[in-house]
Amino acid sequence: MTSPIDKSQLISRLESILPSDSVLHQTEDLHPYECDGLSAYRNLPLAVVLPNEINQVQAILKVCNELNVPVVARGAGTGLSGGALPLSDGILLSLTKFKDIIDIDPVQRVARVQPGVRNLAISEAVAKYGLYYAPDPSSQIACTIGGNVAENSGGVHCLKYGLTIHNIQQIKIITIEGELLTIGGSGLDAPGYDLLALMTGSEGMLGVIVEVTVKLLPKPESAQVILAAFNDLIKAGKAVGDIISAGIIPAGLEMMDKLAIQAAEDFVHAGYPTDAAAILLCELDGSQAEVEENIKRVQHILEQSGATEVRIARDEAERITFWKGRKAAFPAVGRISPDYYCMDGTIPRKHLPQVLKTMAELSAEYELPVANVFHAGDGNLHPLILYDANKPGELERTEEFGGKILELCVEVGGSITGEHGVGLEKINQMCVQFDALELTQFHAIKKAFDEKSLLNPGKAVPTLHRCAEFGAMHVHHGELSHPELERF
Amino acid sequence: MSEDNNQQIQSQILEAYKNKSSLKVRGGNSKHFYGQKVEATSLDVSKHKGIISYEPTELVVTVRAGTRLCELEAILNESNQILPFEPPHFADSATIGGTIACNLSGPARAYNGAARDFVLGSRIINGKAEDLKFGGQVMKNVAGYDASRLMCGAMGTLGVILDVSLKVLPKPETEITLSHQCDINQAMFNMHQWVKQSLPVSATCYDGAQLFIRLSGNDSSVNSARKIIGGESLENSPLFWQQIKEQSHQFFKTDKPLWRLSLSSNTPPLDIAGDTFYEWGSALRWLKTTSSAEDIREKLNAVGGHAMLFRNNSLGTPAFHPLSNGLLNIHKKLKNAFDPENILNPGAMYKDI
Repeated sequence: MTSPIDKSQLISRLESILPSDSVLHQTEDLHPYECDGLSAYRNLPLAVVLPNEINQVQAILKVCNELNVPVVARGAGTGLSGGALPLSDGILLSLTKFKDIIDIDPVQRVARVQPGVRNLAISEAVAKYGLYYAPDPSSQIACTIGGNVAENSGGVHCLKYGLTIHNIQQIKIITIEGELLTIGGSGLDAPGYDLLALMTGSEGMLGVIVEVTVKLLPKPESAQVILAAFNDLIKAGKAVGDIISAGIIPAGLEMMDKLAIQAAEDFVHAGYPTDAAAILLCELDGSQAEVEENIKRVQHILEQSGATEVRIARDEAERITFWKGRKAAFPAVGRISPDYYCMDGTIPRKHLPQVLKTMAELSAEYELPVANVFHAGDGNLHPLILYDANKPGELERTEEFGGKILELCVEVGGSITGEHGVGLEKINQMCVQFDALELTQFHAIKKAFDEKSLLNPGKAVPTLHRCAEFGAMHVHHGELSHPELERF
Repeated sequence: MSEDNNQQIQSQILEAYKNKSSLKVRGGNSKHFYGQKVEATSLDVSKHKGIISYEPTELVVTVRAGTRLCELEAILNESNQILPFEPPHFADSATIGGTIACNLSGPARAYNGAARDFVLGSRIINGKAEDLKFGGQVMKNVAGYDASRLMCGAMGTLGVILDVSLKVLPKPETEITLSHQCDINQAMFNMHQWVKQSLPVSATCYDGAQLFIRLSGNDSSVNSARKIIGGESLENSPLFWQQIKEQSHQFFKTDKPLWRLSLSSNTPPLDIAGDTFYEWGSALRWLKTTSSAEDIREKLNAVGGHAMLFRNNSLGTPAFHPLSNGLLNIHKKLKNAFDPENILNPGAMYKDI
């Protein structure tokens, strides 16, 4: 497309915008940025830039646009799909220095924050007003709000409180041409196309987010959690449907299978029944009166659904303990296996029995155990495939197994990613979820924002050429027909 | 009554694409007054109708665009579920496709979310007559750009919606409306305060003399909130909100231009001559006035809001609030990405879009 990038010219241009300690280009300085939360993929960029002013971001993007240098934006780098993996011929644009909470409006219940502000830091800052920011991805201690918008992050409370897209009101972005655009408005809607929806979850492909106005919710007066054990995973799945049929929308509704329960119990001693085939954690929140009434109803429903044990947390301490096991499920699985690979498919809940059955068959076929953790309320599965990266071929087998699980999700009418994003990880499965016309439409959308394809190129939306190769890959039973081709 | 009419819709768009002739997308024609007039051959979507799938326990319904809103709501009601954004109909002929294309929401919007918040996926035909599916039937789905939400409020200018999947919610057990006599400052204070107290508020409005507040939820939470809020209880709560939603309330009976102002809820009353009706915790204000469009829009710009001329456009002014040059440029490029020959509802929102 263009002539090779002159690295020294690029560095000197960047150093004319930023202090030299904010432009990293020595190999040893680049290593901390070589991967995001998907550490199986690593790569070094040409340079890392760390601006702290919007006009610097504008100037950086103008230079990259002029010199045709790809740009990968990065927040805390906690993403699980390789979305912030650097490109060898591009720069990594870190937004972590943008960490100011600009304004809190407790009356309108919004906060205007810079993109590098951590998710949890928002809730902490507004707690004194009795407010909080609802989306709570498991990485919320570390992940940044800019990254949350780029990925449309979820969490365990999505069924009732929605994803990032439902909890933001306005963003400011910089286009690849360096133009500052305000998207959304100060009210509940804005004129024109819903660009806020388009930008949210666009994985850094359309613009760089430099400010976010989030909506805040009043902290519920009361929250209570019920733990129910089942001797059959399918029964637990059915119980979820029974709760929702009764007209109750729980704040959180989580399911864990036997392997996940045992790993979590060994790790944090949450008091889970380790002989159960599945447990459900159902959290209800709202006014005191509402929670008291609904807890009784849910208890009854769970007993009717064949739960072998139903426990209501006796106090706040026990409520936190119940959740502790669920929240520690991933690291707990990390203790029982050298490595694990976290999947993120979504399915219509009614297909849970079929998906679980096929997953068990695949697990036997690939000789890799799977621990299952679900956001059961919204059908978001997180199968954790246990493997050992030191055993030759095991990562490849795991990836193939994972790919099969995602394809299964699409087959039953679900999605290859509920909240982790496509990034680089699931780019092949995009060819299964979407056909050529749909992918072409996505490329046309990108072109409307980024004519030269410089923003995070190669991520999120595969080229048709790549999909053709992926099709070939299937025919050859996992052997890439052109291993020399780049994975992007 | 169910009928799949997608092939006819697609072939009419294909013909228009080849001939570079424009189409005016029409569902029930219930919102004929809304937006800019389009002069073009009619593309009738109303025959493409029926529920494709409905799973009450999944909280998801997939429906063809030409399905009448009243029929959809009746079917949801059988399972004690609702469209949480409480869309206005404006006429019995209103379709779900038109509702989504205009992204219209009713009194519950400030508390439950807008139409766009409940869209999970859609199937559209773009301006090149390509049949495309985006999103899906699941709550959480971040694969690909969110093109289905992009259709909400795009007024058919990017694609003709064929089918749409929506998240639905259980119908609240109880609903009551309380009223308080107060001035606007007290009304705004109360609207903000009660929501912050986590009370089950599902609608608010202020008519210039009285504040109305609707509570929805289970019996116990509504009753405990009622004690906190106090005030007079309204006899026919559903009818009252129906009149607000459908604009059959006395306030809306006017020949004057009716403006829809969307702005930050804590913006003090604006200094524009005319009558104002407040909704959505005062983030939505209906204004009856003969003031000039320039004056109104300037005042809204100053507070970061926008003004849409909703009904009675006797001013000849563009209905939608003008976009900044940067945003307009992106809009034009997006239009070109979906509808390169500019055949779908050209000009319905803005000139050249």
